[in-house]
Amino acid sequence: MIALSKVSRSFQVGDQQVTALRDIDLSIAAGDYVSIMGPSGSGKSTLLNLIGLLDKPSSGIYRLDGGNVTDLDDQQQAKVRSEKIGFVFQSFHLVPRLSAAMNIELPLILAGIPPAERKTRVTALLENYGLTDRADHRPDQLSGGQRQRVAIARATSMHPAVLLADEPTGNLDQATGKEVINLLELLVEQKVALIVVTHDPAVGGRAKRQLHMVDGKITRETGQAK
Amino acid sequence: MKYLDVAQFAATSLHGSRSRTLLMILAMSIGVASVVVLTALGEGARRYVVNQFSSLGSNLIIVFPGRTETAGIGPGMLLGQIPRELSLDDAQALLRSPAIARIAPLTIGTSQISKDALNREVVVLGSTSDMLKVRHMIMGLGQFLPAGDVHSSESVCVLGAKIRRELFGNASGIGAWVRLGDRRFRVIGIMSSQGESMGFNTDEIVIIPVAAAHMLFNTSGLFRILIEAKSRESIEPAKRDAERILTERHNGERDVTVVTQDAVLATFDRILRALTLAVGGIAAISLAVAGVLIMNVMLIAVSQRVKEIGLLKALGAPATQIRKLFFAEAVLLSGIGSLVGLILGEIGVLVIARLYPALPVAAPWWAVLAAIATSLGTGILFSVWPARRAARLDPVTALAGR
Repeated sequence: MIALSKVSRSFQVGDQQVTALRDIDLSIAAGDYVSIMGPSGSGKSTLLNLIGLLDKPSSGIYRLDGGNVTDLDDQQQAKVRSEKIGFVFQSFHLVPRLSAAMNIELPLILAGIPPAERKTRVTALLENYGLTDRADHRPDQLSGGQRQRVAIARATSMHPAVLLADEPTGNLDQATGKEVINLLELLVEQKVALIVVTHDPAVGGRAKRQLHMVDGKITRETGQAK
Repeated sequence: MKYLDVAQFAATSLHGSRSRTLLMILAMSIGVASVVVLTALGEGARRYVVNQFSSLGSNLIIVFPGRTETAGIGPGMLLGQIPRELSLDDAQALLRSPAIARIAPLTIGTSQISKDALNREVVVLGSTSDMLKVRHMIMGLGQFLPAGDVHSSESVCVLGAKIRRELFGNASGIGAWVRLGDRRFRVIGIMSSQGESMGFNTDEIVIIPVAAAHMLFNTSGLFRILIEAKSRESIEPAKRDAERILTERHNGERDVTVVTQDAVLATFDRILRALTLAVGGIAAISLAVAGVLIMNVMLIAVSQRVKEIGLLKALGAPATQIRKLFFAEAVLLSGIGSLVGLILGEIGVLVIARLYPALPVAAPWWAVLAAIATSLGTGILFSVWPARRAARLDPVTALAGR
C-alpha cells in the first residue's frame, strides 16, 4: 500500500547540504506493524513526515494506495492526509482550549462531515477509548494516558489506512505507555498499517517488522513481514 | 469545512483568549461609537439650522437694501455712498409681480415700552397685516395689525406673550393703552408663545404698523422686505421680478440684495454637511488604528498558535482553510466590535438628546453604514497578512513548535 522507491530528502542548513534520507526503498502493506528505530538524526522522523505527506521527497517516488502522491499540491496533500493518514505525537498535540470530545471531532469538522454524523462517531470513539466521562474535560484536566487516548481517538476518527506514531510513549510512564501500545496494536487487527517511530527497544521490539536506521539509510530489518 | 463550523471554531479561539478579545472589541467599538456620536452631532446641528430656517416661513424671499456681493466693489462703495433706502412704496410695487403672493415690509428698532409704572426696553417691529401669514406667526388673543392703507399710522400694537405677562400679569391686556417712546398705542392682540427662531424671540417683541414705526423712529427706510412667492416653482420668477421692479424704481441701479430662503438654507446645509463629514472622517481614523491593533494581535496569535496550526495541517486542513479560520476570527472580532460600538454610539446619542432636547441629534444612516463598513473593512484588511503567514507555515516545523 505504501511504496517508496529511491526516496531521498536533503535540507539546506546554512550553506551546507544535509542529507536526511538516502535512496530509501520501502513497501508497507495494509495491516503491517512496523517500527522504525535508530539514533537521533538518523532520519526516522523525516521518513515518518514523508509518509505522512507533511514533507516532500527531494527525489524518488512515493506511491500510496496505488496513486503517485510525490508531487501533490497543498490542497491535494491535505485531502490525502485527511482521508488516509492518522497522526499520534509524542507531546499529544491537543488543542488546549477545546474539550476532549471537540479535539476528537476536529478532523471530522475539517473534512466537512455533517454535525449529526460527527456526533455519533465521536460518541462511539469516546466509548471505545473509555473517555465517555471525560468528554467535556479540557486537555489540562486529563492525565497523560487519557490525553494520548484522546489523540489516538482523534487519529482514528476518519478511519485512516495508515497510522503514524512518533514516540507515542515518550511522555508516558511505563504502565500507561504499555496501555497506549496495546490500543495501537488493536488497530493493526483492523487492517490499519501502523508505523511507530521510537527510541525504546521495548516498544519497537513488539512490531512484526523492525527497521533500523543509521545516517538516512535503513541498515537492517528484523522480524518478518506478514 | 462548513462555514458554520469555521465561525464556531473561530469563536472558540476568541473565547480561549478572553482578555485579548475584549480589548480588541473595546478598541473597535470605541471607533465605531465615536463615528456614530460625532456624525449624529453634526447632523443634529444641520437639522437644527434647517428647521430654524423653515420656521421663518415658506417660499420666502428676503430683500435688503445695499448690494452685497463677494466679488467686486460697486461704484457706490468707492464714492462712499450710502445705499439708497428701500421705501414703503418700493415694497408695495413688488405686488405687481404675478409670482408674488404677499409681502411684508419690515422696520426694526428698540424703544421703551411703559404701562403705568412698569417699563422695559423692547424690540419694535413695524410691519403690515400680511406679516402674520408671511412669517407663519400665530395669534394668541385678539387680532393682528389691521389690513388697509400701509401708510396709515394707526396707534395700535400687538404684544409678544412675554411682554404681555410682564406688563399685565394675569389680565389679557386687550384694549389697554401702552406708551412706546412718546406715543400711546392701544393693544389689539397678543402673539401666542412660539419660542425662539433664528435667534429672534417672538415672545419679546412689539409689532406696530410700519408707518407708525417710521414716525416712532423718525426714518422712512425699510430694514427688510419679506416676500412670499405663490408656490415653490414661482420662487425664482418672483426673485427675478423683485430685482427687476426694484432696479426700475431705483433709476436702473441694482442697489438691493434679494436672497431666497432656499439659497441660504442650501448654503448652511452644505457647510454643515461638510463639517459632519470632516468630523466623521476624524473619528474614522480611530477605526484605522483599531485595525492596526487587530493586525498586531492576530500576528501574535499566529506565533502563539504555531503548534495548533501545524496540527490542523496534519489533520488535513489545507492552507486555504487555515487562512479562512484566521480571517473568520478577524471578521468576528470587528463584527462584534462594530455591533457593540453601534449600541454604545446610540446610547451616547440618546444621552445627548436628553441633555440638549433642542438639538435633533440622530446618526445619519450613511454614517452608520460607513462606520460598520470601515470597521469590517479594516478588520479584514489587517488580518490578511497574519492569515497568510499562518497558512504558509511549514507543518513539520510548526508541529515542532519552532
